[in-house]
Amino acid sequence: MEWLSLKQWSPYAVGIGIGLLSCVAFLLSDKPIGCSTAFSRTSGMIEGLFRGKKVGDKAYYKKFSPSIDWEWMLVAGIFVGAFISAMLSGEFRAEWVPAKWSSIFGNSAFLRWGGALVGGIVMGVGARWAGGCTSGHGISGTLQLAVSSWLAVLCFFVGGIATALLIYHVF
Amino acid sequence: MYKTLHAKKNVQLGIGLFIGILFGFFLQKGGVTRYDVIMGQLLLTDFTVIKVMLAAVVTGKIGVHLLKSLGKAELHPKPGSFGSTVIGGLLFGIGFGILGYCPGTLAGAIGQGSLDALFGGLIGLLIGAGLFAAFYPTLEKKILPKGNFGDLTLPQLLKLNPWVLIIPLAIGIIALLIWIETSGL
Repeated sequence: MEWLSLKQWSPYAVGIGIGLLSCVAFLLSDKPIGCSTAFSRTSGMIEGLFRGKKVGDKAYYKKFSPSIDWEWMLVAGIFVGAFISAMLSGEFRAEWVPAKWSSIFGNSAFLRWGGALVGGIVMGVGARWAGGCTSGHGISGTLQLAVSSWLAVLCFFVGGIATALLIYHVF
Repeated sequence: MYKTLHAKKNVQLGIGLFIGILFGFFLQKGGVTRYDVIMGQLLLTDFTVIKVMLAAVVTGKIGVHLLKSLGKAELHPKPGSFGSTVIGGLLFGIGFGILGYCPGTLAGAIGQGSLDALFGGLIGLLIGAGLFAAFYPTLEKKILPKGNFGDLTLPQLLKLNPWVLIIPLAIGIIALLIWIETSGL
């Protein structure tokens, strides 16, 4: 069982594992793996704490009701699974600022969190605007050969590469 | 199709959690829950993310279409339009380049102790998703339907049997991966 405590597996082993997991999701749940609607639902649930049941009247939450569903459990599972993997390999550690970020912007946790917050807001809007993320479009959609997903994943990487190059090489 | 199983709501929540745990385990073992690895991909210096994604797509594409041919699964391609897919995709990409995680790997990053994912990224994603819901009625009228092409798949677009596309595409992706490996990326 030593392989469970390895720090890193071959990306191909991991990819094949995720591909097989997609098949299991289709077979047992009739669902493609995806993550971003869980964040919409959670956002609606939090809004519901302040505004009560009226949140359900919003057009978007009529489509994606602010409640726990299959995909929400999947995202909760990702958190648990990554925690188990990191614990088994001794890689679990509280990391305030990633090394690559601090090589450019220094060690300020607030600066990094501010950056992550802004990036998160833009991504949160974009994911729901495009109707999916790197999992729902990037893996599940492309493997179904959906035109929308191949186009989306192209835009994800064009936008992502351009932004990363700008941040790291221009500023 | 296991229709009775699909209809059992609580069992499904359990299956979702179980698949998620394995997914998170794989993502963390692949190293793709790390900001440094994802940014390495976007800066074109580390190709781990693309290797994981393409290996998953080749495996899943063959597997899911086999299940479909055997009558054990149905496809659920997402609908798209230029107004939604292209604009949303580019916005997502910009966020991706700043945040350095995507929604799934962010959940995994929090699980491995990355506090920037928890205090910055998670809060940002929730705010962003909330903003989209707030502006949805306007966007739905003015921008999202522009250039709508529905839930079209590539085999439908090219009027081909899916397998005529799946096999050469799989060979092409494997060739690309071999090329990436041999050029030392």
